Amino acid sequence: MQVAQQAAPVAIQNPQLLARLRQDLGDRLLAEQQTCDGIPTLWVDRVHLKDLLRTLKDDSSPRFEMLFDVTAIDERLRTHRQGQPASEFTVVYHLMSFSGNCDFRIKVPLQDADLSLPSVIELWSSANWYERETWDMFGIKFEGHPNLTRIVLPPTWKGHALRKEHPARATEMEPFSLDDEQTAIEQEALLFKPEDWGMQRKSDTSEFMFLNLGPNHPSVHGAFRIALQLDGEIVVDSVPDIGYHHRGAEKMGERQSWHTFIPYTDRIDYLGGVMNNLPYVMAVEQMAGIIVPPRAQTIRVMLAEMFRLCSHLLFYGTFAQDVGQLSPIFYMFVERERIFNIIESICGARMHPGWFRIGGVAQDLPNGWETRIKELLDFMPERLDDYDGMVLNNGILKRRTQGIGVYNTEQAFDWGVTGAGLRATGLEWDFRKQRPYSGYENFDFDVPIAVNGDCYDRCAIRVEEMRQSLRIIKQCMDNMPGGHYKSDHPLTTPPRREKTLQDIETLINHFLSVSWGPVIPPSEATVAIEATKGINSYYLVSDGSTNSYRTRIRTPSFAHLQMIPAISNGFMVADLVAIIASIDFVMADVDR
Amino acid sequence: MFVLEVGSVLTIGLILAVVIVVAAMLIWVERRLLSFWQERLGPNRVGWFGLLQVVADMIKIFTKEDWIPPFADRFSFVIAPAIIMSVVLLSFAVIPFAPNIGVVDSNVGVLFILAMASLGAYSVMLGGLSSDNKYALLGSLRAAAQMVSYEVFMGISLLGVVALSGSFNLRVIVEAQADGWYVIPQFAGFVIFLIAGIAESHRLPFDIPEAEQEICSGYHTEYSGMKFGMFFVAEYIGLVLVSSLITVLFFGGWLGPSFLPPIIWFAIKSSMFIAFFILLRAAIPRPRYDQLMNYGWLFLLPVSLLNLLVTGAIILSTQ
Repeated sequence: MQVAQQAAPVAIQNPQLLARLRQDLGDRLLAEQQTCDGIPTLWVDRVHLKDLLRTLKDDSSPRFEMLFDVTAIDERLRTHRQGQPASEFTVVYHLMSFSGNCDFRIKVPLQDADLSLPSVIELWSSANWYERETWDMFGIKFEGHPNLTRIVLPPTWKGHALRKEHPARATEMEPFSLDDEQTAIEQEALLFKPEDWGMQRKSDTSEFMFLNLGPNHPSVHGAFRIALQLDGEIVVDSVPDIGYHHRGAEKMGERQSWHTFIPYTDRIDYLGGVMNNLPYVMAVEQMAGIIVPPRAQTIRVMLAEMFRLCSHLLFYGTFAQDVGQLSPIFYMFVERERIFNIIESICGARMHPGWFRIGGVAQDLPNGWETRIKELLDFMPERLDDYDGMVLNNGILKRRTQGIGVYNTEQAFDWGVTGAGLRATGLEWDFRKQRPYSGYENFDFDVPIAVNGDCYDRCAIRVEEMRQSLRIIKQCMDNMPGGHYKSDHPLTTPPRREKTLQDIETLINHFLSVSWGPVIPPSEATVAIEATKGINSYYLVSDGSTNSYRTRIRTPSFAHLQMIPAISNGFMVADLVAIIASIDFVMADVDR
Repeated sequence: MFVLEVGSVLTIGLILAVVIVVAAMLIWVERRLLSFWQERLGPNRVGWFGLLQVVADMIKIFTKEDWIPPFADRFSFVIAPAIIMSVVLLSFAVIPFAPNIGVVDSNVGVLFILAMASLGAYSVMLGGLSSDNKYALLGSLRAAAQMVSYEVFMGISLLGVVALSGSFNLRVIVEAQADGWYVIPQFAGFVIFLIAGIAESHRLPFDIPEAEQEICSGYHTEYSGMKFGMFFVAEYIGLVLVSSLITVLFFGGWLGPSFLPPIIWFAIKSSMFIAFFILLRAAIPRPRYDQLMNYGWLFLLPVSLLNLLVTGAIILSTQ
């Protein structure tokens, strides 16, 4: 098999800041790691972690306003760790700067015997769930965390699922059985005790009612539960409970080959379709050093924008439905159906085509693909104007959603809010503009923003984004480049047809890439995109094998749900429903 | 006894049968109309244009297990749907469908209707309370507040008509409109009555007691089978009732050019309002509970009082 050449090293972001930190940290800096995504990666000991994070958050230039992600890597079986400090479990902090438009990664080495490090909740509120998830998955303790309990797995779960010793398939475990004793334990764990949720039973003036909204409720958009502490209809406190849709997608990412994990990504944000493939394949391509031909890039953009339309249409309809408007959802489904028909004629599947490949897309566009897109472009704008009249300009809807669930840019950073929820606070920040990927720099489109940061604004932004998506699709159609739909790179999986079956060399290449799958050179990469619901990123670690050593999927909805109590306490139940609707999440995207 | 006149057994039987059949058919009509407005087809499989869908639904609902949750209060749980069903049907007793069609010719017709509407609130309250379910409780709380408040405006909005005709008798009110429908002198009263009427029958946009997206099905969350069916059909009977009342009070009841019989005029006018209510359901989102209350007490109440005051003043000055 041909051995892939190493990826061209990407220029490291922010050399000045890095040089200053090197000087400041001195021997507290354990190591500096080169990753192929150009994100500066520093290793520090846990005792210095909080100081460094505080410096980066408050007094560095640029400031890193957002804790984008916290996760861990079980390093015990990993090979190819040249230049990295000894570590059995590494906790990874990913910071993001919006003022400086750059990232920063900090790694903390830990030993299995002593898995603990300080919690950073006092720096970022969003750390709460991320640290809980890391504890849930790896058993790493965060000292000072107020509520370090399981978050996505059930409270009775044994073990920590993302540790390497934990099996990835049910068939590798004991057959499941539930005897009476175990049933009693499970039932006991399900009992609702308000004190465990940080709620009081009564105040001086009233006795509270606890309402269990979900996990099966018409307006929680999937299997999602919020425990509500109500005083009449006023929400005194609310605690979101997630995990009902957890499928262990990250574990699957470590089990499947690089190629065969692609269809799983479609189901992460199940309304985003192939847009989920994009950050994953781009991360793999970055590690493999594959340059994707322009035609493939443009096809990817076109399909991703179609899925953005589909997802936003569904959001728009359900948003109106959740404030009690019956009809819009049906109109939106008509539109969505049209787009799915186009997607089906291109990809062969509707909601989850799994159509992007490492190095390009699965097939070239079919003959006559422009005709149906042209129909859509003629049809949609007028309908969107109709919907404005029906939904956005409706007086009752405005009164239901304006001034409800308000937060500002600072709060959005604190909670890790990205996407339309961030732009509704007045910050013009779109990944497609700020850090163009897959050729977005060639497109002419605007980034809509709003200033109030309430439910209404979040909806209005998405509506305008649909118009911009239509512009992008039109430009794709008008300027579709010629050339190949897949790269010539040997790690492209599977290779293009004419690159197979020529001689013994191409035959073996083809055979290996289909049977084993490609071997991606040892490296690490984070690639983020502006997905339908916010910034979605894949952090992949390869140790030179046919599958990923660690697949971290950072989804926007996870962070957004964590914010619900902060913006809805004090409002009424009906407002909470409007807030939930305006966030635009799907539970598969939260739980993974 | 078996002639078509007010109070005969034949008339009473016919009215009962027609009202229930019409209400049941409305389920189909509403579903078809909604789907027509929402770019879809709706039930069109069973029978001609799906007309037999109602029959299929009824068979299903009659043969379903009649389940009472073990935690519910049996007596009030059972009696709640019966109350709403009987009060809406009883209200039809005083509706003058045509000069010779009606159950009783009561001289307190308007008051009787208002009394029945007040009793209806008990059904919703009992249903929610006896279910011992938090969503049902919230629903019945909302329902009680909403129905009690909107009855106030409903009553006051009617008084203008009563003052103009000088009678509580619905037949007298219809005959008094021979010179002109009351919708013109009593336009404000008409609008308020219309709004209060929707609130009383809690249909969208005033379906706050059963707002699905917020509190599942509100007060009838725990109901199933025929008990749920009674709540469901009663809502449609209520819709027919409110439409008939609007026709009688503001649009001259059975009065109309003589090329059609009076009962047909009555039916045409009522159907217009029924269709309007269905269209309203397709078009408008739901206000929040407190917004609805504020709207009622801070806007509808002053306007309806003002309407009554002005009507009274005009009557006095023209006497």
